[in-house]
Amino acid sequence: MKIVVCIKQVPGTSEVEVDEKTGVLKRDGVDSKLNPYDLYALETALRIKQAHGATVQAISMGPPQAGQVLREAYMMGVDEGVLLTDRRFAGADVLATAYALSQGIRKSGMPDLIICGKMTTDGDTAQVGPEIAEFLDLPHVANVLRILEVGAEAITVEMDMAATVEVARVQYPCLITVEKGICQPRLPSFRLKLQTRDRAVPQLTLDDLPDQDAGHYGLNGSPTQVKRIFPPAVNADHEMWTGAGPDLAARLGDRLQQLKFV
Amino acid sequence: MARIIIHQEAITDAAALKALCPFNALDYVNDYLEINAACKMCKLCVKKGPAGVFEWVEDTRPGIDKSLWQGIAVYVDHLEGRIHPVTLELIGKARELGGKIHQPIHAVFIGSGIRDGAEELLDYGVDHVHVYDDPALKHFRIEPYTAAFADCLNLVKPAIVLVGGTTIGRSLAPRAAARFRTGLTADCTFLDVQANTDLDQIRPAFGGNIMAHIFTPNHRPQFATVRYQIFSAPPRTERGLGVVHSRSLPAAALASGIQVLEVRRKETTRGLEDAEVIVVAGRAVKKAADLAMVERLAQLLNGKVAATRPMIEAGWVDARQQIGLSGRTVKPRLIITCGVSGAIQFVAGMNNSDCIVAINSDPKATIFNVAHYGIIGDIYEILPALIQRLEGREATLETLAAVTA
Repeated sequence: MKIVVCIKQVPGTSEVEVDEKTGVLKRDGVDSKLNPYDLYALETALRIKQAHGATVQAISMGPPQAGQVLREAYMMGVDEGVLLTDRRFAGADVLATAYALSQGIRKSGMPDLIICGKMTTDGDTAQVGPEIAEFLDLPHVANVLRILEVGAEAITVEMDMAATVEVARVQYPCLITVEKGICQPRLPSFRLKLQTRDRAVPQLTLDDLPDQDAGHYGLNGSPTQVKRIFPPAVNADHEMWTGAGPDLAARLGDRLQQLKFV
Repeated sequence: MARIIIHQEAITDAAALKALCPFNALDYVNDYLEINAACKMCKLCVKKGPAGVFEWVEDTRPGIDKSLWQGIAVYVDHLEGRIHPVTLELIGKARELGGKIHQPIHAVFIGSGIRDGAEELLDYGVDHVHVYDDPALKHFRIEPYTAAFADCLNLVKPAIVLVGGTTIGRSLAPRAAARFRTGLTADCTFLDVQANTDLDQIRPAFGGNIMAHIFTPNHRPQFATVRYQIFSAPPRTERGLGVVHSRSLPAAALASGIQVLEVRRKETTRGLEDAEVIVVAGRAVKKAADLAMVERLAQLLNGKVAATRPMIEAGWVDARQQIGLSGRTVKPRLIITCGVSGAIQFVAGMNNSDCIVAINSDPKATIFNVAHYGIIGDIYEILPALIQRLEGREATLETLAAVTA
């Protein structure tokens, strides 16, 4: 069995600021880390590997520095890594990101199972996983809470459907996105760190992918464009109320109603 | 195709140029300045760099004919035919946008045994309801649902597609958007439309620390998801002139690699982290018995009670209900703090809440720095009056329900 886990390097904190003058994110001095939700995806894959035997490959897209998150994946027990890195992938939105990853997965050989984290902490969209599944023409199940059975032809999972919890059997090859809390991710192991110290992180550029039309990647392959980014209006509706107790209570009651809390 | 070209001959201050890029995407390779894969195409180097060094080159791409895509489609989110209220909110927004561009509203209703609900949608001003009613669509399974959704969108060719940011919507919308190779903006908090049907979308990123204004200039349809309770539902009106269309799919399109084996209703007990409304008791609560008013307020707002550390240490409130660095981190839609001073350890556990109402008698209390509504007053005066008011409203609603039943 072959499992691919999609991971991403994200800023170490979401406390980022926008440069008011240039409208660009200030990332100077902000550390990068592995997207915390991806730890659950990695752990899920590694547990399947331990229980049933599997090859686990982690795939990421980003600048050359993003190879670091693949090294971390090695330290957790991932067998192979691959980094999609190319200037022509720059400026990718959800569609172009998902397309590039799907091409990277095709290039590395189609797995039986693809596992993604719930979402990333920088984009917050939770949309890349389902789009990868579409590009690879696979069934997908999102919001997986538990893996119930890993069979020879299908995986049985429990998924969160807001009002209900559903148990579904999904045929391979397929893609699942896992919830935070599906398992407790392991820490990188020192032993594996030493063992994998010299293991390279293979890189793929546009020239290595099956579809080499640069118009499908990066900014050029992105239907959405960011017009501008700006800091949220923090407490824009910041109001201080003073007055007699009953008046304040009446005012608060009205406001709660207006805001549809009652 | 857009790209940035570096004119090496125009470079004078080599070291300064490298520092231009906040993403460290400028590098010297064999003495030539090059852009590496860390580039975000933010064009900052073009805008801020010395004249003539960085050039933005963009080949004009053939523009699509936007007039071929007309109308606004809304995906009808439902559980066994019961329509999720986010759908009505999206219909309300769709009507507002549709009014500006004079285009019709379509609802796409996919499920099994849902025909009756389709008629109901007409009461909210939908022009066309497209119903895909088939036993194979009883459970949400991604392949047949995407097939039905895409089938309808191919038929209607809408300029804009709105989907609720629910569990289903967040799975279905990206799938359909990728099928059309078009843009999707998730969790929009603001939507507007231009005369040429371009959709202006604003969404938070980085956990809400940044807002991004996004548009889809040359692709159709334009997909956006919106979470529940961002927009307002339109009032139910007289049945309009809308039409219900029965649609169907060939059996092959209804096939799925997913088999739903079991569906369980969720237990309703939820932790503090999941609560949409939280009322917090702070030090101003003088004795344990007075917590009753905090509890009553939480009950009236369908919320949970939480407390600050002193309340926990006094043994008045269970430790599982503590908010703050040594307790839980919460992000409810509404949090009302009652007599909480706002120590940083507490604030760190709740300052991402959507709406923060702080009641405190000390005008200098630090909680007011993060509050959206800062109410300077005594909780012993305000809470009882507020409770009475909300109870009054509840009584009126009950009476109304009794009369109309």
